[in-house]
Amino acid sequence: MTIMGTPRLRKEDPKLLTGEGKFVDDIHAPGELWMGMVRSPYAHAKIVSVDTAEAAAHSGVHAVYSGKDLEEMGLWIAPLPCVWPVTDDMLNPPHVPVVTEEANFVGEIVAVVLADSRYGAVDAAELVEVSYEELPAVASLDAAVTGDALAHSDLDTNKAYHWPLVPDPDALDAAFANAAHTVTGTFVQQRLIPAAMEPRGVLAVPSPHGGDITLYSSSQVPHILKVMVAATTGIPENKIRIVAPAVGGGFGAKLNINPDEILAVTLANRLGLPVRWTETRSEAAFSTHQGRGQNQTIEIAADAKGKILGVRVHLDADMGAYMRLITPGVPLLGSFLYTGVYDVPAFGFTCDGYFTNLTPTDAYRGAGRPEASYAIERAMDLLANEVGVGPDEIRRRNYLNGGEAFQDLEVASTLVFDSGHYGPNLDKALELSDYASLRAEQQRRREAGESKQLGIGLCTYVEICGLAPSRALAGLNYGAGGWEHALVRFLPTGKVEVVTGSTPHGQGHETSWSMIVADKLGVDPDDVEVLHSDTAISPLGLDTYGSRSLSVGGVAISMACDKVVEKARLIAAHQLEANPDDLEFSGGVFRVKGTPTAELPIQGIAYEAFTAHNLPDGMEPNLQEQMTFDPPNFAFPFGTHVAVVEVDEDTGGVTLVGYTAVDDCGPQVNPLIVEGQVHGGIVQGVAQALWEEAVYDEAGNCKNPSFLDYLVPSSMEVPSMVLDSTETPSTSNPLGVKGVGEAGTIGSAAAVINAVCDALSPYGVTDIEMPATPQKIWRKIQDAKGGEA
Amino acid sequence: MQIDMTVNGRAYSADVEDRTLLVHYLRDHLGLTGTNVGCDTSSCGACTVHIDGQSVKSCTVLAAQVRGADITTIEGMANDEELHPMQEAFRQCHGLQCGYCTPGMVMAATSLLSENPDPSEQEVREGLEGNLCRCTGYHNIVKSVLSVAGGQS
Repeated sequence: MTIMGTPRLRKEDPKLLTGEGKFVDDIHAPGELWMGMVRSPYAHAKIVSVDTAEAAAHSGVHAVYSGKDLEEMGLWIAPLPCVWPVTDDMLNPPHVPVVTEEANFVGEIVAVVLADSRYGAVDAAELVEVSYEELPAVASLDAAVTGDALAHSDLDTNKAYHWPLVPDPDALDAAFANAAHTVTGTFVQQRLIPAAMEPRGVLAVPSPHGGDITLYSSSQVPHILKVMVAATTGIPENKIRIVAPAVGGGFGAKLNINPDEILAVTLANRLGLPVRWTETRSEAAFSTHQGRGQNQTIEIAADAKGKILGVRVHLDADMGAYMRLITPGVPLLGSFLYTGVYDVPAFGFTCDGYFTNLTPTDAYRGAGRPEASYAIERAMDLLANEVGVGPDEIRRRNYLNGGEAFQDLEVASTLVFDSGHYGPNLDKALELSDYASLRAEQQRRREAGESKQLGIGLCTYVEICGLAPSRALAGLNYGAGGWEHALVRFLPTGKVEVVTGSTPHGQGHETSWSMIVADKLGVDPDDVEVLHSDTAISPLGLDTYGSRSLSVGGVAISMACDKVVEKARLIAAHQLEANPDDLEFSGGVFRVKGTPTAELPIQGIAYEAFTAHNLPDGMEPNLQEQMTFDPPNFAFPFGTHVAVVEVDEDTGGVTLVGYTAVDDCGPQVNPLIVEGQVHGGIVQGVAQALWEEAVYDEAGNCKNPSFLDYLVPSSMEVPSMVLDSTETPSTSNPLGVKGVGEAGTIGSAAAVINAVCDALSPYGVTDIEMPATPQKIWRKIQDAKGGEA
Repeated sequence: MQIDMTVNGRAYSADVEDRTLLVHYLRDHLGLTGTNVGCDTSSCGACTVHIDGQSVKSCTVLAAQVRGADITTIEGMANDEELHPMQEAFRQCHGLQCGYCTPGMVMAATSLLSENPDPSEQEVREGLEGNLCRCTGYHNIVKSVLSVAGGQS
């Protein structure tokens, strides 16, 4: 029986449902000290003095350190890392855990206290007196581009880099010169706060005499963190253990190397005492990194029938105050997708990265790809309007390979798409959403002059996941590879342990990986234990982000299982006195072809491999194999999303009344989990379209760093969704799988804004900036009516 | 300050700082870490517990305010043998992913059904408005709660 492809309840759930799951803040160590952070209230200021005396004298306070104190202690040997210097001349001002001279964003750490209680650390931090000399702040991306003020006093520009991807400039110019239609979209990707429900936390537990240290961190990337802690602190890598216990969501916000992680490790090591910290929600908002922050310009050149001739894109991207782990690379992750699912003969992309005195940006669900999808899918609607055809028709006219199935097709951005079959996917979504009836209802409401107008928005996205072929990453100047490691081990009693380098934080890997193993080895999924997220147990890995875990890590497990079966086959052949080629393996049992009674179950072979009493000559005992999979290509999932909104013309309020998504992530391992990923992803994209934005004032203060005013949607704001799928296997891995963790977010923001613009089209409205608040929409309507209101 | 209360059927007595929040008393003093803290503003509901049968956000209640009260946390919902029907429904309907909001969500949902045993989808959505989830898009959470409601009716 095949287990992959059938819905299966999660192994992870009973612990999480009962409070047994342990998050970092749930774990304690005897004698632990609590860190408290003193943070800059200015976006840009010289630090004149830091007076720690009163705080240090406070009851229960163990120590207080200014940045200079820590510098003198020599706790680190390098600044916090950026592993993606996208160009050789990229500017990268050093970012140390605690600033010494100049604070460059509100929330940057200026001093650290250590106290003996959670509350005591907060009390003591408030008693540290810091004197600042305020400097002009670059409080927006626009201000950074203008360059009237400098984000870093010791740099003579705010521009950090210029990155071009223009494969054929002459062809691109010719495309625009010969165009019958051109459209230009200018879009703002507002800053977003990732807002995983679990705030980040750390607990560093030293071993003063043994010399090793364990860091518990709510991290998506414990393996990368281990390497970077070593590189940053000089602590030998072999003495560092990182544990990411239960992690309460990530969405990119836990994909970084953070000041608190380095502080906890180095202070714990120096003092010989455990050191812990958990961020407040506001600290999460303005000191952990944010996402997006781009100004986009996209131009499409097309012939008279709307067939695309060329696409030209320019981005200005807000790095924030510093380059964090992959800050400069985020726009590049999207660069290759601005041609979408379309046959684009000529393409050009340029990006300028700028420093501001705002919270650094970095990965947030989709990282570059939702931005790309938004731009091309919004621009396609502009083109549809320009040409005078429907949004479905303009897409059909431009699909790669005419919407028919293809494999390994090179596109204008120089990538080779593994597989696609876009036409039927669109058909299915239109049918499932009852698109024709929606259009009829829209027409009815328009003719009746109803105050609540209907808008229908399409998005037919493609994304790039399965990060990544290591050589492709080398070509982008990324500082690491993109492989993933797996080890599959039979225990003597026939149970199976799987060690994976993927590091789940809600994705259900324990369940999905055990399903893969169960199918491959013919054992029950409940006999499979998946071990992960602790570098002492899983020493090799490149972690979970970028929808890579199944198509790299899951595939590595599958391939390791193949090796296990091949070794078991040799043992079975030896003991059955048969030729290995004469054995067939199914349902967990080896049988000699044509001799049904001659059989050996693989779980029994595991015991034979353990005792090693009767193995082929020269064979190593035990039945375990490992695999490091480095995929030959990325994977390119795609799908069609249909958003239906009601726009109240009297108030400007938008209600999302329906949402249909037909995604194609190739063969699904666990459809239950796939649907859950899509649901959550959709709502995060909808939230960008309609509600969420990190708002900064002119002084660089984040005005909405709490859930009171940063509008993470509740159950009231979103409807139930209608999902379905098509299945086009990838050519990039033997399972044909693609990835789905970010698909929802990549498809939904464009679908929703296309729907809002569609509702407002009778007013001549062709664009609205995200988030599409009632105020913005009402203003558009009033402007169209002649501004009489 | 001396406080006494019953938590999950067991009597506790302790001397705590006046300002101790109920959630920190439960987590840091009693070791009942199933109740999570997701914000500082009683916006997210991750810390929801039952106080004398009513769902309350324990991050905005002082431990001293509930002296003598009967508290139930997520650890008190399942018995030794099986999950509480609401916990089981969340499992069956894939109503959780990372699991951080889940204890609060389960506590809020059981309280909702004790007040309204047969809610409509809209009433479930309204009833859970004070509990934020970043993973599920609420689709399967709502489905979970409705499945219990349907089972009860």
